[in-house]
Amino acid sequence: MYGRKGFKLISELDLYSDILPFNEALIKEVLQEMQSLYDANVANSNAIRNDNNMALLPSVQLRHIALKRNKRCILAYIYNRMRKLKELRWELGSILPPEINTNLINAEVQWFQSYNKSLAKYMRSLGEDHGFNLTTNMVPPKTLYVEVKCVEDFGKLELDDGQVILLKKNTYHLLPRSVCEPLIRQGILEHKST
Amino acid sequence: MACCQSYIPDYFAITDILSTEERISCKIEVELPGLGFLDSSCQSENLKVGTKVEFPLWLAEPLKNLQNSVVSVDIPKIYKEGYREILEADAEVIVLSKWNPFYYELGMHVRKFSDRDYEIITESLLQTFKSRFQLVMDWSQNAMSDPTLSIQLPRLERDLFLIGQQAKIRLVEWLKMGTNELVVSEITTNLKKRKREQYEFD
Repeated sequence: MYGRKGFKLISELDLYSDILPFNEALIKEVLQEMQSLYDANVANSNAIRNDNNMALLPSVQLRHIALKRNKRCILAYIYNRMRKLKELRWELGSILPPEINTNLINAEVQWFQSYNKSLAKYMRSLGEDHGFNLTTNMVPPKTLYVEVKCVEDFGKLELDDGQVILLKKNTYHLLPRSVCEPLIRQGILEHKST
Repeated sequence: MACCQSYIPDYFAITDILSTEERISCKIEVELPGLGFLDSSCQSENLKVGTKVEFPLWLAEPLKNLQNSVVSVDIPKIYKEGYREILEADAEVIVLSKWNPFYYELGMHVRKFSDRDYEIITESLLQTFKSRFQLVMDWSQNAMSDPTLSIQLPRLERDLFLIGQQAKIRLVEWLKMGTNELVVSEITTNLKKRKREQYEFD
């Protein structure tokens, strides 16, 4: 039956919530199926035009529906991956962890970069000539500084005032909230609430 | 941050694509040349008039809606009178996901097949949802509820159940005045879990 492979693509999206390696092999198979559907339709529609053989018409229509279905599956696959990438930008910031990066194809990496650019450009245009970072303070802040525990060796971190601190595993710090927030979301620091 | 879809079901909606894969039994009304292989029991090259086939919904619906219908369709039995009566009697005790994991979504498509039953199926879907909604709501508000529960629910109810559960947890947190804590992104946690699994595997 037509459309089985396209369906497989979509059920893969449905089964796993995170971004899997781009399933190029399956996409190729779907495209092959579409190509053969198209070829058969071209042959049949030529026959209809030349011999006025209208009996072929229903088959052409059936294949056309199958073509549209396959197109929908592929577009939905690409679109939904893109949506997940967009969510990642807001969760993890402009640099993706290598585990996710390796699962992307070139076009997706390029898209992510241009999304980054657009977002950065927009955020720069906000506020009085300083720009405004929309990804900070996802929950209303109550204090300017927060106490954090470092759970991973991170290395040197330069604060806004030029001070450099060393983030080593199992050390405690009192740091400006805006600096910590992305690091906490990436799992490098841990918020110690009192 | 969740990036919402504009309207449901849209062209890219995963659930809509999944639910329209459901098989519908059709009868061929016009001969289809060269497509005999679509029916596995068929030996000839063409699909003959009167052959019974199982077409997925995405194929059956547009074929029926063509100017001269190529197929005539039969409504799946779970939307027919007998099953509607079961739901009318007591919708809460039925494991609806066993009937079909996309019971409501599929129903919204299937009802268009029959002019006669259009209103009745719509009404039946609405009543079923109404009477089960209370149950779903109850389950989601009880933190102790059985984790296997969500498997018993069809997709629409399952999503509501999970959303309800999350809302409950967030409410409890908020009541404890603990909303100010910064937390690790869910994605990072998942990545770490996978790394650990790999490590143990090696």
